[in-house]
Amino acid sequence: MAGQAGVPPRVHKRSISDQQRRREIALERQKQSRRDLQQHARQLASGFSPPSSPSQWDDAAHDADCSHSSPGSKRKGILEGTKLKGGKAREFYSQQLMLPEWMVDIPINLKKDWCIMARPAGQRCLVIAANGSTISRQRNGRILHCFPSALPNGARTRDVAAASHVYCILDCIFHAPDKTYYVVDMMCWRGYSLYDCSAEFRFFWMTTKLAETGALNPPTAHHRYRFSVVPVFECNTASLQAVYTGSVAFVRDGLLFVNRHAHYQMGLTPLVLLWKDAECSLYLFDTDSQGNVPAHQQVVLELCSDGTVVTSDQPPTVLGSLPSDFLQQNAQYLKPGDLLRFAIGDQGISIVDGKPVVADIHFQGLASKNRAGGADSCTKILFQYAARHSPLTIADLLVAIEASDDDGDTSMAC
Amino acid sequence: MAQEVTQILLNAQSADGVVRKVAEDSLKQFQEQNLAGFLIALSHELANNEKPPDSRKLAGLILKNSLDAKETARKQELVSRWLSLDPAVKAQIKRALSQTLDSVVPDARHTSAQVIAKIAAIELPQGEWPELVGSLLANMGGPQVEKPAHLKQATLETLGYVCEEVSAEILAQEQVNSILTAVVQGMNASETSNDVRLAATNALYNALDFAQTNFENDMERDYIMRVVCEATLSPDSRVRQAAFECLVSIGSTYYEKLAPYMQDVFAITSKAVKEDEEPVALQAVEFWSSICDEEIEIQEEYSGDFTGDSEVPYFQFIKQALPALVPMLLETLTKQDEEQDQEEGAWNLAMAGGTCLGLVARAVGDDVVPLVMPYVQENVSKPDWRCREAATYAFGSILEGPSLPRLAPLVNVALNFMLSAMKDENNHVKDTTAWTLGRIFEFLHGPNVQFPVITQENLPMILTVLLESIKDSPNVAEKVCGAIYFLAQGYEEGTGAPSPLSPFFQSIVQALLVTTDREDAGDSRLRTAAYETLNEVVRISTEDTATIVMQLVPVIMQKLNHTLEMSVLSADDREKQSELQALLCGVLQVIIQKLGASDTTKFGIVQYGDQMMSLFLRVFSCRSATVHEEAMLAIGALAYSTGAEFGKYMTDFYRYLEMGLQNFEEYQVCAVTVGVVGDICRSLDDKVLPFCDGIMTQLLKDLSSNQLHRSVKPPIFSCFGDIALAIGENFEKYLIYAMPMLQGAAELSAQQVIRDDELIDYNNQLRSGIFEAYSGIFQGFKGNKAELMVPYAGHILQFIENVYQDKDRDDSVTKAAIGVMGDLADTLGPSAAPLFLQTVFYKDFLDECTSSDDQQLKETAEWALSTINRITNVG
Repeated sequence: MAGQAGVPPRVHKRSISDQQRRREIALERQKQSRRDLQQHARQLASGFSPPSSPSQWDDAAHDADCSHSSPGSKRKGILEGTKLKGGKAREFYSQQLMLPEWMVDIPINLKKDWCIMARPAGQRCLVIAANGSTISRQRNGRILHCFPSALPNGARTRDVAAASHVYCILDCIFHAPDKTYYVVDMMCWRGYSLYDCSAEFRFFWMTTKLAETGALNPPTAHHRYRFSVVPVFECNTASLQAVYTGSVAFVRDGLLFVNRHAHYQMGLTPLVLLWKDAECSLYLFDTDSQGNVPAHQQVVLELCSDGTVVTSDQPPTVLGSLPSDFLQQNAQYLKPGDLLRFAIGDQGISIVDGKPVVADIHFQGLASKNRAGGADSCTKILFQYAARHSPLTIADLLVAIEASDDDGDTSMAC
Repeated sequence: MAQEVTQILLNAQSADGVVRKVAEDSLKQFQEQNLAGFLIALSHELANNEKPPDSRKLAGLILKNSLDAKETARKQELVSRWLSLDPAVKAQIKRALSQTLDSVVPDARHTSAQVIAKIAAIELPQGEWPELVGSLLANMGGPQVEKPAHLKQATLETLGYVCEEVSAEILAQEQVNSILTAVVQGMNASETSNDVRLAATNALYNALDFAQTNFENDMERDYIMRVVCEATLSPDSRVRQAAFECLVSIGSTYYEKLAPYMQDVFAITSKAVKEDEEPVALQAVEFWSSICDEEIEIQEEYSGDFTGDSEVPYFQFIKQALPALVPMLLETLTKQDEEQDQEEGAWNLAMAGGTCLGLVARAVGDDVVPLVMPYVQENVSKPDWRCREAATYAFGSILEGPSLPRLAPLVNVALNFMLSAMKDENNHVKDTTAWTLGRIFEFLHGPNVQFPVITQENLPMILTVLLESIKDSPNVAEKVCGAIYFLAQGYEEGTGAPSPLSPFFQSIVQALLVTTDREDAGDSRLRTAAYETLNEVVRISTEDTATIVMQLVPVIMQKLNHTLEMSVLSADDREKQSELQALLCGVLQVIIQKLGASDTTKFGIVQYGDQMMSLFLRVFSCRSATVHEEAMLAIGALAYSTGAEFGKYMTDFYRYLEMGLQNFEEYQVCAVTVGVVGDICRSLDDKVLPFCDGIMTQLLKDLSSNQLHRSVKPPIFSCFGDIALAIGENFEKYLIYAMPMLQGAAELSAQQVIRDDELIDYNNQLRSGIFEAYSGIFQGFKGNKAELMVPYAGHILQFIENVYQDKDRDDSVTKAAIGVMGDLADTLGPSAAPLFLQTVFYKDFLDECTSSDDQQLKETAEWALSTINRITNVG
């Protein structure tokens, strides 16, 4: 308003100002360097004559296809699976998921390098949308559902159908109570591989790309199950509280910690960690078929041909062996590759270098061969063991995050 | 509750913190429980003449704050909240507000006027409250009905605020007409109340933008101008000042309509400058400054080429007024304040007059010289310091504008005088003399200046004087730094020969360092000026003084280290530390860039690389949420200088890089960081790969954000090119994300409706960025991954054609575009031949470029042409 602000003084005896100049000069140097480099590339280009025979072009293309390091090779790999049938297909697909280790100690730099999410209770699935249909497969490779979805090329509708090179692969948890696929990771989107991208990058695309489709909408005839993205957070005390007790649409079964920089690799990885306690999971301890928690910790191990029983780790850890006479007596029931259930006795587990070396285990009987996760992993056994003796608590996690100062130093946790 | 409102509002202004807190809490609670009731209670409080003025005022303020906020999101929220209120509630509040305009309590009327305007700002654009303007105008009375002065005053104030809040197209022309009629009536000399006249004049200031149509009409315009001019003669100085403010605004808004009035306006401004109180006189001078602004802009627009059909006429008002205007301005120059050079932000008639004289010189050039020089000569040696300072200031002011042949002989004569005046007994005279020396060096010294005033002969004396005077009081020393800055700037770097400054280099650097250490350097801009001058001195240094520059590195590093040990107890301390770090990082950046640019001096940087980097990282860690822009720039320069060696710093540095890329608010920081990513890509080449997921994620997030300032987007696209060129075929995994962004931006830019020069510039920058991205990707994919780009080739050529057709295309876009054509042909090989064979434009485009005078453009075009010919001839 006039008369109130007074006169805006003009610049008087203008003095020098160098800051903008520094910016501009830096920018000019960068531009010049860019020009020089491109010029250099072009000179290189004009130095070589282009391949003139068609065969050379073909070779180049062929080489690119065969290159094993390119992201394309994994993409191709997973498409191979579609050609397999029955048991072979199941075996193939059972190896395609990234499996978390259980958190037996707190990683350093939790705050700086890790993301967290609440883990929905349900069946872990590999969901593939391709050629106008969507198939979900459980951890053991068995098909859970085959259905139309609004994922790209996930149904034969005009909106989503696409050429065969357009397909999507998602890592999901099927949550039966609301018949929803909760997406926890994205490995391929519209034919493009994300396996070699960092988790942070994948989460970003998972969140933005799914929202651009109709996949998050309520079910319709051409979209049988709703998909929903599990929110991912940077790891700090507030977000930890939120994923731990905050309201979520699903039944919670523990928390997942994902290293921001981790690529998607199949099988067990220490870059994704599962943690739970009784507060955030109904399934802290394995239960028997009646749903009761057994008095002793139970483990499931795989029987090897030499009579040893081992974990699912790569390489496996031997936790004991069955006497040869016992094996001979029961040869018709007990075959190598079978999953056997053991109870851990009073002498517990001996741990060296963070791995169990020998355990006081007692044979209980056969476990289902189609058990979703196969044999238990070392970290699962250790986590379950710790949970019964000296658990890693939510308070420990909060302390570790708080102790992460800006340098991400959590030496106390080491 | 409503009964207690008065007491709560009074308590909320209590000096007792506890009482205040309780009151604030209950207000908040009331608002949350019953918004409508709360707002009504407030409006009744404001309207009630029985209530104490303090509670009424606060009630009005809370009302106002519940309608508007600075922050856009919050503002939007408040607007929707108001719109969703029950119409009956809103009507009740508006009634109370309108009624308040008739209150005898001035504060209540004033607050109510503001609140009404806020509601108008929300409702008028929605087509609501159509009766507002009518009901306000009814308050003004008419020939038969006399309304009380205080009501008219409040009503005019309200109309002014409404015009300020609402944009011009919202009001219908007849509404504008009636508002203007009421306002001009209120300004009229026949109005007996000064308060009413003042309110009317202020209202006119805000209504001027609405008056386009009225200014087209001679009669209406004449009437408005007459009333404004009469108001400048009002007995009340507030009215006179407001009337001059209207004139200033009319001068720039309606320049082309001014001709018939200039004579009268000159008479009244001249009278005000000579006789009136300073605030009024300042506005009168400002009128002429703003006319200068207009005429300088018009001349720049048409570069002096007036063919008669220019859109804006050029009346040469300044030139015509010159013989009377210059004496008027010169007369102001001796009205200095005693302390003006020590006070930051000081502004008085002498400063305004000198500034206006500088603008006059730029507007008319040579013609100003004969009118000013006699004054300079007559006064510059007088015993009264005011005369000496005024004469020097006048001389310094006219150094920009007139031609060099006209100025050079005068300056040659004056230079010695000025140098000796640096020993004047008066601080202001020395201040202005040093400033004038700086202007002499800025405009009359340099490699491209025809009549340089600095020679091998007088340079030693100039430097002796400057290096002595830099020890003077801070305000003088700061101006001396400026003079050294422009002195240095006039010596171009890079010819290989030693600079004329080389013999003095050591002593200049030494003097500047001593200045930065002065205890009194921090109170003014002196320390900043000294460091920035040091930067310029380093920039123009030649190889023979490189050793001295190298010796500066540990000195500056040590100073930077000191800042890390400063005790930081308050926000003030933090700011001081940060400013100092900025200056020191700036110096290091300039040194790194200088020494790093030449292979013979690069080692001077590389040997300190580790130490510098660890200092920069420590500077970063002084802040928690943002990164230091200057440290970032310095790191970019370091990456450029150290090359692949820089890889060893990446692990520690990466988090700050990421932080910089996430800084939406300070977009300069984000832009600078994007540039540093480019530096790193070029230095590390494919070793940057492990960091690319993170970097690309951030860049893509930046591009998808609507919070980020648009100027950062073109450099991000260029940065895609830098990354692609560095990591080659590994860019494949980002391709499906990068390409849609590039194509989207290209399409958007092709559809852009160009409204102004700024947008033309931006569009060109955006396109350059997009092309640089394409070039980098093509070059990176050449060989193994060329086929990935086949699907995009058609679209890219189409985009190049769009750009070719654009008449506003600038040189850098042209270069980038034809570069992409060549890269496309080169990378895709014969498979791109059909595309080119179907296309007509590319030959014309390349023909245009191969006949260019720009050597670089010509070469690129020739290369592109031969590459395309090669693939299209393969058959």
